[in-house]
Amino acid sequence: MSEFKLRLRRYDPESGSAPYWAEYSVDLEGHRSVLEGILQAKGETDGSIGIRCSCRAAICGSCGVLINGKTALACHTHLDKAARHAKDGVIEVEPMSNMPVIKDLIVDMDAVHWKKQQRVTPWLINKEPIPEREYIAPHESMVDITQSMACIQCGACVSSCLSMEIDPLFVGPAALAKAYRFVGDPRDAQQYERLKDLAEDPHGMYDCTHCFNCIEACPKGVAPMNQIMRLRRVAGDHEIVDRNNGHRHESAFVTLVKDYGLLHEAELLPRSYGGDSWFGKFHPNAGKELLDSLPVVVKGLMRRKMNPKIALFGHKLPKDALGEVQRIFDTVESRPARDELNLYIKGYDEDDSGAQDSGAGGPEHANNAPDQGQPGQEPEESPVR
Amino acid sequence: MKVAYWPGCVSRGFTPELHGSMAKVAPLLDMELVELDRASCCGAGVIAEHSQELADTLNARTFALAQQTGQPMMMNICSTCQGSQTECQERLDANAEYRERINATLEPDGLRYDKGEVLNKNLLWLLVEDFGLDELRNRVKRPLKDLKVGPFYGCYIIRPTDRLGIDEEKPRDRYLHMLIEALGGTVIEYAGQHKCCGFPIITMNKEASLKQAARHLGDALDAAADCLVTPCPLCHLNLDLQQPLAERYGGRDLGLPVLHLPQLVGLALGLDADDLGLARHVVKPTTVVDWSQSVVAGVGGSQSAGW
Repeated sequence: MSEFKLRLRRYDPESGSAPYWAEYSVDLEGHRSVLEGILQAKGETDGSIGIRCSCRAAICGSCGVLINGKTALACHTHLDKAARHAKDGVIEVEPMSNMPVIKDLIVDMDAVHWKKQQRVTPWLINKEPIPEREYIAPHESMVDITQSMACIQCGACVSSCLSMEIDPLFVGPAALAKAYRFVGDPRDAQQYERLKDLAEDPHGMYDCTHCFNCIEACPKGVAPMNQIMRLRRVAGDHEIVDRNNGHRHESAFVTLVKDYGLLHEAELLPRSYGGDSWFGKFHPNAGKELLDSLPVVVKGLMRRKMNPKIALFGHKLPKDALGEVQRIFDTVESRPARDELNLYIKGYDEDDSGAQDSGAGGPEHANNAPDQGQPGQEPEESPVR
Repeated sequence: MKVAYWPGCVSRGFTPELHGSMAKVAPLLDMELVELDRASCCGAGVIAEHSQELADTLNARTFALAQQTGQPMMMNICSTCQGSQTECQERLDANAEYRERINATLEPDGLRYDKGEVLNKNLLWLLVEDFGLDELRNRVKRPLKDLKVGPFYGCYIIRPTDRLGIDEEKPRDRYLHMLIEALGGTVIEYAGQHKCCGFPIITMNKEASLKQAARHLGDALDAAADCLVTPCPLCHLNLDLQQPLAERYGGRDLGLPVLHLPQLVGLALGLDADDLGLARHVVKPTTVVDWSQSVVAGVGGSQSAGW
């Protein structure tokens, strides 16, 4: 047994006083959870501490909190590790972000998380006529949505979302991951409508800033951001051109890298607004945007930040190198089906020769594996270690 | 140290002062840069959003070109390159069958990526892990004494931690802090240091994008920072180039200079602000230049530094 210090954020709206910090000492072994620490403080020191919890085994998703500023399940974080990461040795626990606080560590999930879930029609929309017997779905298509089905609705990703921090109307990582669960389901009748809806919403799938915070926060390896990228990819397949420039931006980016080998930033911006062609910059929307950005464009040119030659003509790879890049584009784009390697499903090779076994981490495996962030995988050394 | 060097696109496009300052700093660190001038854009996550295989093949080609230089180390100067290239490398390394499929596409050009042959590191990681902060300290000619610097990492270089090899042994999400201290500066802790600059959604939701930039800049100012330093040129675009617009969306005056990583290192190694291209920033780095005791009037006026 050893002593750990907890610093809890306390707040009782009914009291009329401001939130405050309170410190508690608990006596537990280091491998016990932060939740057990909080419950010991509640049981032995102050019964009024508010915390929501149930299973204590990272499956009910009730005890999401901020531990030393990062969202996690309290029952899924060891005391010794939390203490090592604390800036002054005292484990700091706060209620989750992006949601109103009801009391102490309990946030209002109904006001934000569940409302956003409802936003994406989180149920299967039947095809008509409904088949007399069960739907037959191809195995691979269900494997594809396994990852988004692993969600336990704890709201950790919602709490960690940096886009929602600025734009509270953002549909958010949990709900968008749920949306992919149905967009990827071949039994659903309205995939196009779902995608169109979330692409056209100014706070929909194109409002994600790609910050990886939800991937980091998720205790179940759902990687909500990756599901959002899948939504965008499939929206592209359906040729959904949205008013948020999402699809135009992606398509202009890809075209420009194919044409130049490098990114031509000055051309990317007008094309994102005006359309993916050389004429894009003459579209009224591109003009409007240029006008809005005039102060920075003028300053940039005055300070010689942008070289006018590069701004106008871009920078290109040498001809033969560009040829190699374009051949890669042609080869990959001409494939009959997209090849996607989802490491959540496939896992890592056991060793260099074992490529053939790589499909072993199937959905059953994924569901039963210990959920150290990335279920179904044996995370090997990072390629950059 | 000799490294295969991938400068990225933006460092040669809208932030030419980044590529330029790296070239100035390299000899002072005995670094020989073998530039990968045939490599393509990493895709910045956007090509992967369109087609994962396309992004993986383009980056496998870059790794193969690095391999051809015979140097085991490949260096980048962009958080976003680091993140998106590592994502592709993780997939290439994870599955031999997939890797061979990608290599088959590269084969007609005599290129091939082999697992374990390329270690791709951002300048920041290289300075801390390979060059060493003690060695760096020895070379500092003008310690950043009394300069209050706020670190801004950029998402791609700190998340996801598993993929980027960040743990207690290699606290790469603290390296900027350690570096600023090693250069003699004062680290400013502020809320936005590990947050998103907002750049990826600048064309999709400009208001949200620039409000993010404005909030982090404001937090750093409130914490009394003289400047920020970032290893990511895309963050630099939103934090510096767009700062006048961020002021409008954020509803407050900002005026906080943002330095590229090699610029900060260069200042401490004794280079002039002008040589490091600081005059090219949209936000005049007055606080930094005052500190470095250069002629204030020279900033913005002198256009002699040319790359």
